[in-house]
Amino acid sequence: MSESAGLTSSEYIHHHLTNLVSGHGFWSFDVDTVITSALLGILVFGFMAKVAAKATSGVPGRVQAAVEILLEMVQTQVRDTFHGESGIVGPLALTIFVWVFALNTMDLLPVDLVPLIMGSAGVEHWKVVPTTDPNQTFAMSLTVFFLIIFYNIKVKKASGFAHEVFTVPFGAKMAPFNFLFRLIEDLAKPVSLALRLFGNMYAGEMVFILIALLPPYLQWVLGAPWAIFHILIITLQAFIFMILTIIYLSMAHESHG
Amino acid sequence: MNINATLFGQAITFAILIWFTMKFVWPPLVAALDERARKIAEGLEAAERGKQDLAKAETRSQEALTEAKAKAAEIIALSEKRGQEIVREARDEAVAEAERVKVQARAEMEQEVMKARETLRNRVADLAVAGAEKILRREINPQSHADLLTALQAEL
Repeated sequence: MSESAGLTSSEYIHHHLTNLVSGHGFWSFDVDTVITSALLGILVFGFMAKVAAKATSGVPGRVQAAVEILLEMVQTQVRDTFHGESGIVGPLALTIFVWVFALNTMDLLPVDLVPLIMGSAGVEHWKVVPTTDPNQTFAMSLTVFFLIIFYNIKVKKASGFAHEVFTVPFGAKMAPFNFLFRLIEDLAKPVSLALRLFGNMYAGEMVFILIALLPPYLQWVLGAPWAIFHILIITLQAFIFMILTIIYLSMAHESHG
Repeated sequence: MNINATLFGQAITFAILIWFTMKFVWPPLVAALDERARKIAEGLEAAERGKQDLAKAETRSQEALTEAKAKAAEIIALSEKRGQEIVREARDEAVAEAERVKVQARAEMEQEVMKARETLRNRVADLAVAGAEKILRREINPQSHADLLTALQAEL
């Protein structure tokens, strides 16, 4: 906690959980989320593209082997769950896992580090974990949602999709109820995807901030275990987002009955 | 929790990252992995084939060895037989030669004997004629008794 700022605890928490917003009303942007996620994206995906460009089918180096392990993990999950033919599911799953993991990892930076640096540069707020911004998580989950709709229509054609929406599970006579059920079911997917990730990361970050309010000589007692535990959380949340996306797209490719 | 246009911005960033991964990250790595899997499969197959070839070559060399041994034994047997044949032929020839020499020697001997006998006969006839001449100097005329003397000579 930056004592010199002279903030109360609630002001401190509020400060750390406020985005740097540019603009007014709906047409505004969370500049910190946009820039942090873009920089991490360029860094991580640029790195992977560099490794991929130099990839050899012979004996791989350590770096290539590490990226290959990651890719094979994703590929295995896709193969186990997704039985359709699609060139996008694998890359999509890899993108989600790697990006979410990278964004979540910002959670492990000391909570005061980035605000301090940005503050000394005259920037008032800088929420460094993009996945604690619901805009970030909903942006991803809604993209996945539109892919679900797209593949439903692509695989089953518009008529088949409509037929499924109105007749499953109760039959044609109960069409309105079927539609309502389907609407809830499909809308629940992006909402749960986004809120799960957002909730976990927001709560995690909140705990880190609360720990930062402790006296400095006591912070490690809670901070170290929570940080170590959080290594698991950030990986797990990235993995859950990825695996659920694969499952949802797999469901979109399969007929419900 | 305030939703704003960041939603669209991040969705676009997300879409770009998905496109980027689809184009520059996923395909080269998957291609490398598939290629390596293929190489490994080929390597294993080649090893298996090598093992089979080795086994086949061993069988072949064993067969060749057995055949060579059999042939060598045959040759030895043949040469032994031939050797015995040569020895027998040589002996037969020697026996025949000896026989021939013996026959010739006997013929020569007989000829000699005949010649000696002839000579002796002539000599005896002469002696007999000389003796008879001495005994019968007066009464016997060699010309008139030539028939008698020749008959006598034939009897000797």
